[in-house]
Amino acid sequence: MTTTEPQPTDPVTPVLTKRWLSPNSWRLATYEQLEGYTALRRALTGTPEQLVALVKDAGLRGRGGAGFPAGVKWSFMPPNEDKPHYLVINADEGEPGTCKDIPLMMADPHSLIEGCVIAAYAMRAHRCFIYVRGEALHCIRRLNAAVREAREAGYLGENILDSGFDLEITVHAGAGAYICGEETALLDSLEGRRGQPRLKPPFPAAAGLYAAPTTVNNVETIASVPFIVNGGSDWFRAMGSERSPGPKIYSISGHVEKPGQYEAPLGTTLRELLELAGGMKDGVPLKFWTPGGSSTPLFTAEHLDVPLDFEGAAEAGSMLGTTAVMVFNETVSVPWAVMKWTQFYEHESCGKCTPCREGTYWLAGILERMVDGHGTESDIDTLLDICDNVLGRAFCALGDGAVSPIVSGIQYFRDEFLALCDRNAGRDGAAKPALAGAHA
Amino acid sequence: MTTPDVSVFGPDIVAKAGELIGRYPESRSALLPMLHLVQSVEGHVSQAGVQFCAEQLSLSNAEVSAVVTFYTMYKRKPCGEHLVSVCTNTLCAVLGGDAIYRRLAEHLGEEGAPLKHEDTAGTPGEQGSITLEHAECLAACDLGPVLQVNYEYYDNQTPESAVELVDALRRGEKPAPTRGAPLTSLRDVELELAGFFPEDEATYRAGVDGPSAAVETLRGAQLAADNGWTAPTMPETPPALPEVEKK
Repeated sequence: MTTTEPQPTDPVTPVLTKRWLSPNSWRLATYEQLEGYTALRRALTGTPEQLVALVKDAGLRGRGGAGFPAGVKWSFMPPNEDKPHYLVINADEGEPGTCKDIPLMMADPHSLIEGCVIAAYAMRAHRCFIYVRGEALHCIRRLNAAVREAREAGYLGENILDSGFDLEITVHAGAGAYICGEETALLDSLEGRRGQPRLKPPFPAAAGLYAAPTTVNNVETIASVPFIVNGGSDWFRAMGSERSPGPKIYSISGHVEKPGQYEAPLGTTLRELLELAGGMKDGVPLKFWTPGGSSTPLFTAEHLDVPLDFEGAAEAGSMLGTTAVMVFNETVSVPWAVMKWTQFYEHESCGKCTPCREGTYWLAGILERMVDGHGTESDIDTLLDICDNVLGRAFCALGDGAVSPIVSGIQYFRDEFLALCDRNAGRDGAAKPALAGAHA
Repeated sequence: MTTPDVSVFGPDIVAKAGELIGRYPESRSALLPMLHLVQSVEGHVSQAGVQFCAEQLSLSNAEVSAVVTFYTMYKRKPCGEHLVSVCTNTLCAVLGGDAIYRRLAEHLGEEGAPLKHEDTAGTPGEQGSITLEHAECLAACDLGPVLQVNYEYYDNQTPESAVELVDALRRGEKPAPTRGAPLTSLRDVELELAGFFPEDEATYRAGVDGPSAAVETLRGAQLAADNGWTAPTMPETPPALPEVEKK
């Protein structure tokens, strides 16, 4: 790997999104006209180890939220094939605010398919499953059509492009459960069970689907791979930062003039994104926002210049997550927004781990009561205490995500929570409903 | 306890169930698609549907029921011709999703008795009947507030546009989605979710080619095109793959 001087890039750097403007961008004919499947031909001339090394060199980090280096994840797959290897694509997009994989699969499904073939080759997998959220029906159609076209053209099936490599891809529809976006829950679901996370270790690379070596990767991660094969790691690293290289689809939603998908180098700030998105809607000032979905702690107007890459978001006290930038203006009540998110986590907690199952239930109950005007000051401490008992105490990160909006909401907007209690305190002798979480 | 009658699942459904099993290395993986298949027949998962899947996969009814009850897309009571799902997660709610859901619940319900989550207006299965539900984030936040009819997207809704939409559905019309295939029915799309697509080429093509290029989706790419912004240019010839030691 050679180090290149960082060159300034354009504010928007379409890579994954560059074909989206083409008519019928989802068809094979369009894809082939726009360099489609050239990366696969090239990848098949190399060895699996070379491809793993390339993705490591490029520094591609998982785009599903956790940011784990993809090449490192791939290298965990055993070199032997004593058991079948599986590649599973996590297309169960459902983190509130996140809306990047669905447009990608609709607009350019072949980029995902091509990435799957390259990744499967690198990991010696001959079966790949794309687990798509059931509600994303149109993506399921487009992916199925893409798989069909790719098979007919010899990009899938037996002896792909005369390389001797075989791969089958099955598009699998989920059935409505946020938790299946968690990789081990997804595997249980794909095995035909309730989608409940597994205790790790063993990690999927050791015992994943059907207890065989498995890698689960996000859609955007895998769709980036063909570009890395064609452009090389230095090209990829010309965008983004040293530890968070590459372009990233920022999904901007909420109170902005022009919500949408903006693909920019990692490390772009909200100030820059707002400029692209035409600023705050009707000029109403910003109050709070999420850098990467509801499971990433809230930011405020103080954080406009935080570089939105994995390190920058973490150093400022949040997480990059899925770069789902939800923007809320000052008309929105923080306790209300936090309550809504908490109701979501309560609904989606799979029930396996007690702290998460019970914690989200009580958190929602308390927040509902507070928003309803029956809060007390001690509720704030109770909320934080429960959060403390949920964080890090469950098999998966759903519980951790659930406490993010609450803890950060109270951290930055405690006065708003207190104001809800004041309203209650001023109401002499007001009847308090006997509700979940009520303290005497 | 009597065994539910599975005769509603004819030979073609049995054949499809067999095909699903053949798609996976282990048969149980076919359960989720098979439950979608069952819903394509009955519009929900009945006890007969549970029994059918259990028989096909050599599972107990309890094992199948445990799965059915875990996932929100499996409905346990008969549904309308259409399923209307309104996103009421925080962001859509702020932008009007809560108001849309409330309005539809009142509009489709009886005077003073708004529909509740998963209630049906009209007789389930009959033309123009509608099941209403509030949904969690539908991953279309840049197009919020959104709703789906039979999992096709209707973007940037208002209470008024949503009322117009359901009124059209009740009249038996099928307004085109913003993104998705021409509207059919819940049972029809359940067959697609099971992994079976229209055999008629024209219908299949119309479905796949249904619109997706929303202005919001393309905004970044369009902005770049308008300004001549691009990603850094790739090298003329792709650089050699890295050298690695042979293992």
